[in-house]
Amino acid sequence: MSVLLVLVPVAMGLGFLGLGAFLWSMKSGQYDDMDGAAERILHDDD
Amino acid sequence: MNASMGISPTLEREASELLLASRLDKNGLQRTELSVPDVHCGACIRRVEKVLGALPGVEQARLNLSTRRATVHWTGDQPPPLRAALEKAGYPATYVDDVPEAKDPELGRLVRALAVAGFSASNIMLLSVSVWSGADPETRQVFYWISAALALPTLLYSGRIFFASAWKALRHGRTNMDVPISIGVVLAFALSLFETLTHGDHAYFDAAVTLLFFLLIGRTLDHMMRERARTAVKGLSKLAARGATVVQENGSTSYVPIADVRPGMDLLITSGERIPVDGTLEEGISELDVSMVTGESAPLTVGPGADLRAGTLNLGAPIRMKATAAASDSFLAEMVRLMEVAEGGRARYRRIADRAAQLYSPVVHLTALLTFAGWMVVNGDWHHSISTAITVLIITCPCALGLAVPIVQVMAARRLFELGVMVKDGSALERVSEVDAVVLDKTGTMTLGKPVLVNRSDIAPAALAIAASLAAYSSHPISRALVAEKPPQPVPVILTAISESPGNGVEAQSANVTYRLGRAGWALGSEPGAAMPAGTVLARDGELLGRFDFSDRLRSDAKAAVAALRAMGLPVTVVSGDRDEIVARAAAEVDASGHVAGVLPAEKLAYLEKAKAEGRKTLMVGDGLNDAPALAGAHVSMAPASAADVGRNAADFVFLREGLSAIPHTIAVATASGRLIRQNLGFAVLYNAVAVPLAILGYVTPLVAALAMSASSIVVVANALRLPAPAGARPAASAREDAVPASNLAAAE
Repeated sequence: MSVLLVLVPVAMGLGFLGLGAFLWSMKSGQYDDMDGAAERILHDDD
Repeated sequence: MNASMGISPTLEREASELLLASRLDKNGLQRTELSVPDVHCGACIRRVEKVLGALPGVEQARLNLSTRRATVHWTGDQPPPLRAALEKAGYPATYVDDVPEAKDPELGRLVRALAVAGFSASNIMLLSVSVWSGADPETRQVFYWISAALALPTLLYSGRIFFASAWKALRHGRTNMDVPISIGVVLAFALSLFETLTHGDHAYFDAAVTLLFFLLIGRTLDHMMRERARTAVKGLSKLAARGATVVQENGSTSYVPIADVRPGMDLLITSGERIPVDGTLEEGISELDVSMVTGESAPLTVGPGADLRAGTLNLGAPIRMKATAAASDSFLAEMVRLMEVAEGGRARYRRIADRAAQLYSPVVHLTALLTFAGWMVVNGDWHHSISTAITVLIITCPCALGLAVPIVQVMAARRLFELGVMVKDGSALERVSEVDAVVLDKTGTMTLGKPVLVNRSDIAPAALAIAASLAAYSSHPISRALVAEKPPQPVPVILTAISESPGNGVEAQSANVTYRLGRAGWALGSEPGAAMPAGTVLARDGELLGRFDFSDRLRSDAKAAVAALRAMGLPVTVVSGDRDEIVARAAAEVDASGHVAGVLPAEKLAYLEKAKAEGRKTLMVGDGLNDAPALAGAHVSMAPASAADVGRNAADFVFLREGLSAIPHTIAVATASGRLIRQNLGFAVLYNAVAVPLAILGYVTPLVAALAMSASSIVVVANALRLPAPAGARPAASAREDAVPASNLAAAE
């Protein structure tokens, strides 16, 4: 039981971290141009 | 009027149009959005951004490859020549007007709701697995409380999409799929909370949240499909005029938005511009392309005093016209009004999912109620009765049913997208699978709507080469057709001093001889009244070098498409505003079942109304302004990418490729998807037939509910993936290439 007291909050925390990261990346426009992003990585200058 | 007058208003118009399409952003910069349909690769991104960024005044230019749009931030009084620069770099572009301030808010809401539901569902599911595998009561109790803490905000945040829609339906006295979903989810949560409070064995938090998650997947896919089609259609070139060049009292000109044009104003119409409002010609002689308005393919020659209709295209010399009607009273507006009347009929169509819901919710709710009553009679234990009744609701909750229809339609839209057909919404797919007759417009739909050289073999290659290089200096449709011929050999002479004589043709010098390409009477320089060859000629110092015959050509696979439609048992009728003999010949050429010629827009609509009254369901395919009411009034409608804006907006499908085979392919895909939808719905019924008796008898534990719901969803999705591509269809190597024909048209504008 006592191990759960540590593990469950850790698992939840990681989950929230993932959710937060996704929402942030969406908000900052990282999914706006999926095709363009795939091509831009090949450019040297930017 | 001379040719030079046509040039400065064109440039001025360009700048004014850019200003009308721009918006001041919060940093004090002008923001302009351009649709650039030709971009398709990483190199394009660089080139476009470099070309735009190098222009004076441009602060920042960024291209979005997914939407094929470039956003430019610029400053200064003089608008940078964005479109001209892109055109020169090989990327014809059009301005995007109605740029929303924010990105599609609905999609953002759906994806966020989906992310929250996914997070919550996976965590609750993990907790549930440990409960199912035999956690001791104390641990189970803790896990239930954690689950409740996760489920409540999820229900509030992700569930409100369904609750809002269900509430809206109920308030109007209707019911839709969201009503049983909402009731099921809320009751499942309430029961689970009660169980947790009273230290019960079973809680259904996992069922409530996974249900939301699965349904949101279907909802989001459905929305993305429609949004994708909408942006693609919006990216096509705009055919309606945005503004008009008004000649003031003192002779100066100014470019005003179309809504500000009043009757009595003098307007200057340059070559290649569309007539913005109805009016009469004051000064100048020109040719008009009226195919969008009347369906006639031959250009119309007009002189002073002629009536001009909004939407026709000025092919020849610049002209001056007097507006006789405001834009809101012009031909175009009349078409829009006819369309609105026609659309009333279509709104009555109810989607298959809504019809299923109408049948489904009373049955489910009645079953749950009877279960409750039954158990009350049998053992009188109200707690047991209520929880059994609620499990009935949970197990029947239309997880499979909610996904059954959208997942198939998303697959079908994807297949059609690969074939260059955009689907506006799912109900169009359902309607098109029901059609039993096809009506085709002629000009611009069956044909390409632009002239093509028909006697190439009679022309000397050298003459063709000279003609094509002369034609490159003109924007007349005939000139473009010549340029498109791509002569096999290089130009044998060096041409200088090239000038266009509006209404006549193009002229150039080469070592003391004059070449003229254009109207025979002008090019051969003969006295009026002499017998002249018809059509376009190339002459050297008045001596005939070659004669060019043009005609509107059928789309490449028109005949095969009509044959395929007739093989499906659908009669194909050609209905056109053009003259009888032309329509009859075109109808015979493609082997259509019948034809109707010389019809006015309202008569086209009446023809479809009559078919509807006779109980026939008609697919209308058309492109012109004159087709727009018919497109809106037909049971279902398609338009090519080259269609007038209103037509494109009225049509359920827009096809981007040149060929007409899009029509039989669309019907084939829709029929196949209709079959899969029925299979899926049949499966959902079968699933309920097995699951409901178990639930009524009280054998459904949370574990059974979770397994049953997930398994049924997977079966439905897997079934949808079986949707085949239509036989004989050639999907593009990549969906990106689909935009190419559309952009050719944009370039032609």
